[in-house]
Amino acid sequence: MTAVTAPAPTLRRPAAAGPSLARLTAVELRKLADTRAGRWLLITIGLVAAAIVTVQIFVLKDAEQTFTAFFTPSLFPVGLLLPVLGILSITAEWSQRTALTTFALVPRRERVVTAKLAAVVLAALASVLVSLAVAAAGTLAARATGGAGTWTFDWHLLPYAAVFQVANVLMGAGFGLLLLNTPLAIVTYLLLPTVWSVLAAMIRALREPARWLDTSVTMEPLLTPDMTAGQWGRLGVSLAVWLLVPLVAGLVRTLRREVS
Amino acid sequence: MIEVDHLTKRYGPHTAVEDVSFRCEPGTVTGFLGPNGAGKSTTMRMICGMTAPSAGGAAVAGRPYRELPNPGREIGVLLDASAQHVGRTGREALTLAARTMGVERGQVAAKLDLVGLNETAARRRVGAYSLGMRQRLGLALALLGDPRVLILDEPANGLDPEGIFWMRGLLRDFADRGGTVLLSSHLLREVEAVADRLVVIGAGRVVAEGGKDELLAGAGTLVRARDQHALRLTLDRAGLPATAGTDGGYVVRAEPEAVGQAAADAGLVLTELRPAGSGGLEQLFLTLTAGASTKEAVR
Repeated sequence: MTAVTAPAPTLRRPAAAGPSLARLTAVELRKLADTRAGRWLLITIGLVAAAIVTVQIFVLKDAEQTFTAFFTPSLFPVGLLLPVLGILSITAEWSQRTALTTFALVPRRERVVTAKLAAVVLAALASVLVSLAVAAAGTLAARATGGAGTWTFDWHLLPYAAVFQVANVLMGAGFGLLLLNTPLAIVTYLLLPTVWSVLAAMIRALREPARWLDTSVTMEPLLTPDMTAGQWGRLGVSLAVWLLVPLVAGLVRTLRREVS
Repeated sequence: MIEVDHLTKRYGPHTAVEDVSFRCEPGTVTGFLGPNGAGKSTTMRMICGMTAPSAGGAAVAGRPYRELPNPGREIGVLLDASAQHVGRTGREALTLAARTMGVERGQVAAKLDLVGLNETAARRRVGAYSLGMRQRLGLALALLGDPRVLILDEPANGLDPEGIFWMRGLLRDFADRGGTVLLSSHLLREVEAVADRLVVIGAGRVVAEGGKDELLAGAGTLVRARDQHALRLTLDRAGLPATAGTDGGYVVRAEPEAVGQAAADAGLVLTELRPAGSGGLEQLFLTLTAGASTKEAVR
């Protein structure tokens, strides 16, 4: 050391405690909504849910206009957009190069990734609440316009819907983590079910594996009130392949990747 | 305090940084100099844990960067001013960092003010910022946690002369209050005015290191004569190693007295004879890094 006697700013301070996961998750939630692209994605998710309910009011027979009939269809389009949210939350750090700032402040990258996953899971759960809200609004509107407007709802549907949306958003995040490139991750994710159905249609031998691996097939029963043990098993297998594997491999890639 | 210990980075057969070691002490500004592609940014990224070194290591405030629990409170980092989300406002970028570090909200406005980004600028999206404004925002980000160490990669890029002058004052003041500053540049003149110490890197290796004055003193003598050709011959005959400067004179690795004597013996009329000072350092910088930059150009 040189003979410089350090004045105030260099006095030894106790090492500042690192940010908690809750704090990091709050920051990541804020990042989902603080850019124009992110904000519009969230607004679109809400609008799409509302639009579906509106359509249902017009196309369903009066007697069929129940709470459940409004709730379930709204889950599909939202479930299509949530993966994009999951992908963007991860890949924007790389495409916009904010990873340089993020990892400078939190060098333990696995903490950042965990916070991001927690944030998108919370967003997915919130989307289920949005679906409930628009379905309730739809039911009230149906009553007002002479539809049945009954509040029949199978409560099994709620946890199923939560699993459905959380799985969707995490699959997106997994693809984002693995590919670390926005367009590549989105295109790959959206193409996958199509590729499955095309292949399964062409190649007989793929039909049985598709029942276990094609998530668009395995996740469908989640939107019905009852799921059999076999259906849970197939869902588990497909999610292990398309959710768990990309997440783990993507995490390893993100931890090792050079940030520049 | 920054300690860089035998840092090496290889990409396949190409070695970007080779066995780089230096220290930055509290109270000093260290200029990290080298031509483009010499390995400055790679070295700084390794110090900040962005790039894993192939060998060696670095410690900031006594610990490897990745082991610091809340590095933003100890080290201010600006590695690339362009690395900001174009869709976020300047204030939002700082707010996110403040929340991550646990810095009170008032600091965001205070630091924006410090770097000269006014209310209007803070509300605009970073996409609409000029490079100079991004540098100011990056500096605000680096200063946000009131750190003791600053690591800045090419912070003067894109700043106007007034901005460069302002930044020098800011960094000097930071160091004078006991802070440690490491800043890189490919322009000697840019860091010369503010740095106490210099680390010069070429082709991934440290080629010169030391106090600025020390390096300046070793820079030799600048000499100019009416008859430059005769001067060259005289210097060669006297065995004084000379290199042609950028502006016509010669930089001689010898004391002014020896050079003057040789000229007098030959009966030459000198128009200038003085310690080379910064001109000599520039010369040194050019010769030290000439090979490196040519290689870079060819690669």
